[in-house]
Amino acid sequence: MNKLIVSLSPHAHGNDSVERNMYGVIIALIPALLVSFWYFGLGSVVVCASSIAACVFFEWAITKYLMGKEPSITDGSAILTGLLLGFNLPSNLPVWIILIGALVAIGVGKMSFGGLGCNPFNPALVGRCFLLVSFPVQMTSWPVTGQLTKYLDAETAATPLSIMKHAIKSGDASVLDKLPDSMSLLLGNPGVNNGAGTIGEICALALLLGLAYMLWKKIITWHIPVSILATVFVFSGLLNVANPVYSNPVSVLFSGGLMLGAIFMATDYVTSPMTGKGQIIYGVSIGVLTVVIRNWGAYPEGMSFAILIMNAFTPLINTYVKPKRFGEVKKEAKK
Amino acid sequence: MDFILSAVIVLGGIALVAAVILYVCSKKFAVYEDPRLGTVLEALPGANCGGCGYPGCSGMADALVKAADKGSLEGLNCPVGGAETMGKVADLLGMAMANTEPMVAVVRCNGTCELRPKTTEYGGLRTCTAMNACGAGETACGFGCLGCGDCVSACKFDAIHMNEETGLPEVDEEKCTSCGACVSACPRHIIELRKKGPKNRRVYVRCVNKDKGAVAMKACKAACIGCGKCAKECPFEAITIVNNVSYIDYNKCKLCRKCEAVCPTNAIVAVNFPPRKPKVEAPATGEEVKAEPAKASVESNKKETEA
Amino acid sequence: MKLRTFRIGGVHPEENKLTDDAVTQVAALPKQAIFPLSQHIGAPAKPVVKKGDKVKVGTMIAEAGGFVSAPVYSSVSGTVFKIDTVFDATGYRQPVIIINVEGDEWEETIDRSDKLETLSAHPELTPEEIVERIKVAGVTGMGGAGFPTFIKLCPPPTAKAECVIINGVECEPYITSDYRLMLEHADEILVGLELLMKASKVTKGYIGIEENKPAAIKLLTEKTAGNPNIEIVPLAQKYPQGGEKQLVDAVIRRQVPAPPAIPVNVGAIVQNVGTAYAVYQAVMKRKPLFERYTTVTGKKLKNPGNYLVRMGTPMRDLIDVCGGMPEGDNKVLAGGPMMGKALNNIDVPVCKGTNSITVLTDDDAKRKTPQPCIRCAKCVSACPMGLEPYLLATASSLHDWDRVEKEDITSCIECGSCQFTCPAHRPMLDNIRLGKSTVMGIIRARNAKK
Repeated sequence: MNKLIVSLSPHAHGNDSVERNMYGVIIALIPALLVSFWYFGLGSVVVCASSIAACVFFEWAITKYLMGKEPSITDGSAILTGLLLGFNLPSNLPVWIILIGALVAIGVGKMSFGGLGCNPFNPALVGRCFLLVSFPVQMTSWPVTGQLTKYLDAETAATPLSIMKHAIKSGDASVLDKLPDSMSLLLGNPGVNNGAGTIGEICALALLLGLAYMLWKKIITWHIPVSILATVFVFSGLLNVANPVYSNPVSVLFSGGLMLGAIFMATDYVTSPMTGKGQIIYGVSIGVLTVVIRNWGAYPEGMSFAILIMNAFTPLINTYVKPKRFGEVKKEAKK
Repeated sequence: MDFILSAVIVLGGIALVAAVILYVCSKKFAVYEDPRLGTVLEALPGANCGGCGYPGCSGMADALVKAADKGSLEGLNCPVGGAETMGKVADLLGMAMANTEPMVAVVRCNGTCELRPKTTEYGGLRTCTAMNACGAGETACGFGCLGCGDCVSACKFDAIHMNEETGLPEVDEEKCTSCGACVSACPRHIIELRKKGPKNRRVYVRCVNKDKGAVAMKACKAACIGCGKCAKECPFEAITIVNNVSYIDYNKCKLCRKCEAVCPTNAIVAVNFPPRKPKVEAPATGEEVKAEPAKASVESNKKETEA
Repeated sequence: MKLRTFRIGGVHPEENKLTDDAVTQVAALPKQAIFPLSQHIGAPAKPVVKKGDKVKVGTMIAEAGGFVSAPVYSSVSGTVFKIDTVFDATGYRQPVIIINVEGDEWEETIDRSDKLETLSAHPELTPEEIVERIKVAGVTGMGGAGFPTFIKLCPPPTAKAECVIINGVECEPYITSDYRLMLEHADEILVGLELLMKASKVTKGYIGIEENKPAAIKLLTEKTAGNPNIEIVPLAQKYPQGGEKQLVDAVIRRQVPAPPAIPVNVGAIVQNVGTAYAVYQAVMKRKPLFERYTTVTGKKLKNPGNYLVRMGTPMRDLIDVCGGMPEGDNKVLAGGPMMGKALNNIDVPVCKGTNSITVLTDDDAKRKTPQPCIRCAKCVSACPMGLEPYLLATASSLHDWDRVEKEDITSCIECGSCQFTCPAHRPMLDNIRLGKSTVMGIIRARNAKK
């Protein structure tokens, strides 16, 4: 006999899924990935491939053997973490360091809190920052773009960010003349004028394409990326007006990991606030912290630390910033 | 050397200042606490289950001490620790022990997957409360066990488990402390605390279906149909039939097992009794339908004895 | 021009309006009609007939059982078979009156002609008289919840009604009964609206219709062209626009505060189009509520359609008319897929609130396996009440009742937008309902103590 199926309403579903969102972000990262192959060649392929493979393997192994659960690597979150971790590394990093980074990212950053959805910090950034403080030399020597067949032996140069930092330290605004112009920062600048940096941050345009795709597919909302970018632009613009040793805001916007962080790392579902208002508070704080760390901190890059710091504040923001309840305005007006 | 010396002086200084502050605070802000409270609390099991009706063991200890000041421990009982714990507490407080009988949780549904066929499939959140809110559950019986195990997750003593085969929860009598958490967790009020009985022997009706006989029978072959045979048979007037369900008052029941023998659907069960001696003039169980479940219940008795 | 809609949250379910071109047919009389005594919110009705009594179409068989209650009328003529309890849609037993159908004889008081009676032709109808006739006819909300209509028309003294809003939104997927009613009985609905306006002593009336029903918008706009008091408001398509509070927000830009406030606190009385039609019938034709428009639909049904059904007709009869139950395990809903109730049993009758019978088949009938919450915040942006469903669901599953009460769980309208949008397929609303009902119980107990 046919059975009737019962459950409480709703009985319809919008066909959205975790996989759709995770793979959507991965698709949004593809332009940047292709650009990185174009600029860094072999190095980029090796770093990204080993980072993704290591993250997926560690997730599988930890869920299966340490947590005793059915592995769920098909949901795409481990692939995404691997790809983002790879994007945050220089293209001449040895594989063994990448493995350590992946283990920390997945093992410490994600699974130790209970896996998908439970981690307070963005796992890829946990991995990157761990590597940054553990291997400062390897993690801060940036290969110049255009050396397609070289991997470990690629020539390195100073990134735009270190030039900016140098200008501030020396108090000499003429140092900034060495900076690439904004257009080549936007496009990625093949091989000339110090086009150097991590794999993912090299071409701001490709990352912006990814942002457009994610907004179109409604994977993320505009609040976080826009608030971060606007804050950084305004804050560094003010600094630039006050004192020319601080670089012009357009270069600040297009250089370093700012785009990558604002579009892909800060918008990580699990570690960002739940309401639009909260997301704007979160984005503005990240923007301010980034500029502060970049200009007055010990490291030339402040994006990843800024995001991790704000990740820690996310639960607090969630507790105190509530969405506007239906009919709330009326109630206050009556009082 | 200077380094070490200054380190020792600084750290030692901080430690000294902190110690002085702590000492002053502990004296100045000390709160008087009845010394009996601590000892009573120690004697309690410390499970904080709330089975006594107080918020955790410290709440119970407080209530016990206050009751002792008033002169009687009547009405206070730790279901977990039982007589032993209450005896200890009574000694500590210099009181006479209030009399309590050991109880045990009893699941009053025998609607196994086999006896109670599924008519619908529930696709929502798998907890009994959610399923109960949604409708009558997966079977035609609107009273019986829903089988999602809210009682299992409510139990803090690991004393109740789902039997995969029957789809019903089973109580581990050794571990059950009769705290009543499962009783209040069950949205269908199937679980009841009953007297543990001499040698753990109990007779009870394993059904709560209030439907009329034919309807109940259609939904579940093991249902109590409210026929009243047991009530007529009982020599001690322990059995009442209300709303088509028979109920045995455990304070009146003398465990004669006469009701069990006459029940046509085997809804009445007797547990932990030795197997009956095969009597020739045993109540007629000639009909095939009756013979089958009879065997099953004997088997389940065995199981419970083993457990 | 940007169409009006409500301002917080909302989702866009697939429409699946399979039957919007199907002209309403009159469903056959059942052999036996079943009348539950509790078809509305409030006290169950009390039977006034006994076994063996002869009844006609339109005979009262149960009277209102309290102030918030409504009488039940027979939709068939025949003999009362018995007054008993039977399994209702949830699988629990409920008191009903069962009538064996014999012939089709109507009470003489009912005007069965098709002549349109206008309000201007009947100046003798005072507001009190209209309310009284609605009350006597047992008219309740026809959109699903089933709140007795006359109570809505007599607002508490603290509130003053300013307008009547007719709900022609029909934002639920699949259902088309209100749409067909608007096309086929536009004049009656407009007279019904005038009656409601007169009864509640207001001069302004709105009919809110979603943009996916252009024919209804056009027809009603034409018919009201010369009447400045009635405005047809086309609304942008978004679920749950048919929710009372959302509709008030969409049409007159006022938000009803948190419970216990009701729409009339901001000056609006909301009625379904089906209710407006029933009001017309009750007041002008002296016809009590015993028939309704119902959509019988489903992707696998052979002939889905719209039917004028006598209440008490078993749903199984209607599904059989549409080609019978499809193969396999199905889910049958009384209502649409967003808020409808899944039936444990399809022998239950069509009631005052049954706007649709939806048969979901195959994958549509089953829920997907839940995954861990990825905190994507999509439920927060979908919630039309501005709540945080993820938080309410988690706290409810942990039985943290104080927290969920503080987070305004009682404002939840159980529309299901959160669960609809959840990428992890979490059973959020199941948990929230559990929390809401528990918190309501706690609040009631607290108020009782005071």
